[in-house]
Amino acid sequence: MGKGILIEGVGKRYGTGDTAVDALKSVNMHVAPGEVVGLIGPSGSGKTTLLKCLGAVIEPTAGRMVLGDQVIYDKGWRIPDLRALRRDRIGFVFQAPYLIPFLDVTDNVALLPMLAGVPNAEARKRANELLKALDIEHRARAMPSQLSGGEQQRVAIARGLVNRPPVILADEPTAPLDSERALTVIRILNDMARRFETAVIVVTHDEKIIPTFKRIYHIRDGVTHEEAGEGRAFQ
Amino acid sequence: MISLAGRDILNAWGKFVFTGIGLGLLIGVTLTMAGVYRGMVDDGKALLDNSGADLWVVQQDTLGPYAESSSINDDLYRSILAMPGVAEAANVTYLTMQVRQGRRDVRAMVVGVVAGSPGKPGWPPYLVAGRQITRSHYEAVADIAAGFRLGERIQVRRNHYTVVGLTRRMVSSSGDPMVFIPLKDAQEAQFLKDNDAVLQQRRRTAENPSLNRPGVPGLLDAVIASQSNNPYVNAVLVRIRPGYSAEEIARPIRRWQRLTAYTRSQMEEILIGKLIATSSKQIGMFLVILAIVSAAIVAFIIYTLTMDKIREIAVLKLIGTRNRTIAAMIMQQAIALGVIGFVVGKITATFAAPLFPKYVLLMPLDTVAGFFAVLMICVLASLIAIRMALKVDPAEAIGG
Ligand SMILES: Nc1ncnc2c1ncn2[C@@H]1O[C@H](COP(=O)(O)OP(=O)(O)OP(=O)(O)O)[C@@H](O)[C@H]1O
Ligand SMILES: [Mg+2]
Repeated sequence: MGKGILIEGVGKRYGTGDTAVDALKSVNMHVAPGEVVGLIGPSGSGKTTLLKCLGAVIEPTAGRMVLGDQVIYDKGWRIPDLRALRRDRIGFVFQAPYLIPFLDVTDNVALLPMLAGVPNAEARKRANELLKALDIEHRARAMPSQLSGGEQQRVAIARGLVNRPPVILADEPTAPLDSERALTVIRILNDMARRFETAVIVVTHDEKIIPTFKRIYHIRDGVTHEEAGEGRAFQ
Repeated sequence: MISLAGRDILNAWGKFVFTGIGLGLLIGVTLTMAGVYRGMVDDGKALLDNSGADLWVVQQDTLGPYAESSSINDDLYRSILAMPGVAEAANVTYLTMQVRQGRRDVRAMVVGVVAGSPGKPGWPPYLVAGRQITRSHYEAVADIAAGFRLGERIQVRRNHYTVVGLTRRMVSSSGDPMVFIPLKDAQEAQFLKDNDAVLQQRRRTAENPSLNRPGVPGLLDAVIASQSNNPYVNAVLVRIRPGYSAEEIARPIRRWQRLTAYTRSQMEEILIGKLIATSSKQIGMFLVILAIVSAAIVAFIIYTLTMDKIREIAVLKLIGTRNRTIAAMIMQQAIALGVIGFVVGKITATFAAPLFPKYVLLMPLDTVAGFFAVLMICVLASLIAIRMALKVDPAEAIGG
């Protein structure tokens, strides 16, 4: 994978003319393979906007983005199939769970490997392993509407990780979780990063998990500043 | 890969099945409509088949005897019978009228057939109960659809008849059951006036000096006698010997007897092309409207079902689902809806058909054609929803 994530001078302007909003002005970030970095900033500072740009959900209006050794954006998309990029190379944990209401928990997670062509049984096996790690496997046959908010969020996290993508973007993944489970999520992200050389960005407000990052980016008014974190180990 | 369409249906099967049943009732009406048309055509063909004739001889320049009134002399059949190639020729009368039984009235086509010669053209080819007419007066054979029973007394005009036999599927082209009575009675029934009118006419004739001349005894009686009998029939039904074609017999009849003769195929052309043409156009119009309404409803349902899922479709796109997969999901649901609707519709039509007063014929070929039409409509209807689904911007589905 080489470089992990590299973001240079990325900007995003919503709308045009008088109503234009510069959500991102100049964002510069670097996440190495195997690294988990935190992204923190006040509400409305552009955190979600940045993850959406990086996740090819919306198009930036300036700058350059590199995933692995491939330039994906340079004043315009540089790859033809953004959906395949999202499916195969980016694990996205959205700020809200957005589960598919007509699929049960297992299949909500297993759908991703299935979409990538993995046979059903194998996909479900992978899904169940993750659900077990996230302590939600006892609800595997339940429908999303039967789960609590925190349970739904854990299913959404499992879905973001199940394809073992080289990049994981998590937008406040632990917000609805108790501190023990929040730390479990962070541990799983760190494990994945280490084992599969994944580059992970975690947006968070969560005081309990901020100390776990070795490096943290602060974002304010669409501009990022890097600082060292405590990098406190778990155990 | 799992079936997204199937999972969505299973998750909300109640909504789906009810929608399918609603659509099915509409499809049922459409299939029944087609069956009504087929029934009309089949009634016409049954009428021709059951008459047992190869050739219909009627009054010159008329489309008789079913589509227009026709009147020819009742002794013409003899000269036709004498022609080479003619196996049988029989007088027949047709008159649609009310037949009374007890306190109720049945609209029926009263057919006059030559008494005592079953098997001749015009006679019912088979009975489901009882026997054929054997006496030349006051016996009747009725179609089962008229609701009469063996041994019942029925009234045609002033005369009473005993039902001695029952037939099945002997109906006029407009679906009225047939009642067979002896020809003489039928001729009289066509002509018969009530007692008052008879008396009046006799008095008028007697008062007419040119018909009641004192010097010519017997003239008045002869005039009155000729006034009160009816030497006309509606048609002569002809059966042809093997080896002769209907057309080669028809030609001399047309030329020498100054009559019109129709072959079986011409008769069919008259019945289906002229007699029931307006009705069938009417039904065709209904079919077109029903098809359009069904299509609009399917399109609307599929559109609404897709609208309800717009959020999920956006999420599916976000996690990388291909357009093809999303389109297939919507189209499969449309087709599933169509299949449920069709099954419900077919069952509805099958159970409803016998309840109709006229014959409803559900042809397997129409069913198959209907099935493919429904599938076509569903596929086309889903295209609108698919277009909308593919235009959804995934970014709009997720907030910040
Ligand atoms: N679709 C949009 N159109 C216009 N402006 C938008 C849009 N989405 C976000 N914004 C604006 O961009 C800015 C950054 O929004 P963003 O969602 O990235 O904030 P955030 O850092 O994720 O905040 P929070 O912590 O509350 O989730 C905000 O001022 C927001 O109002
Ligand atoms: Mg946000």
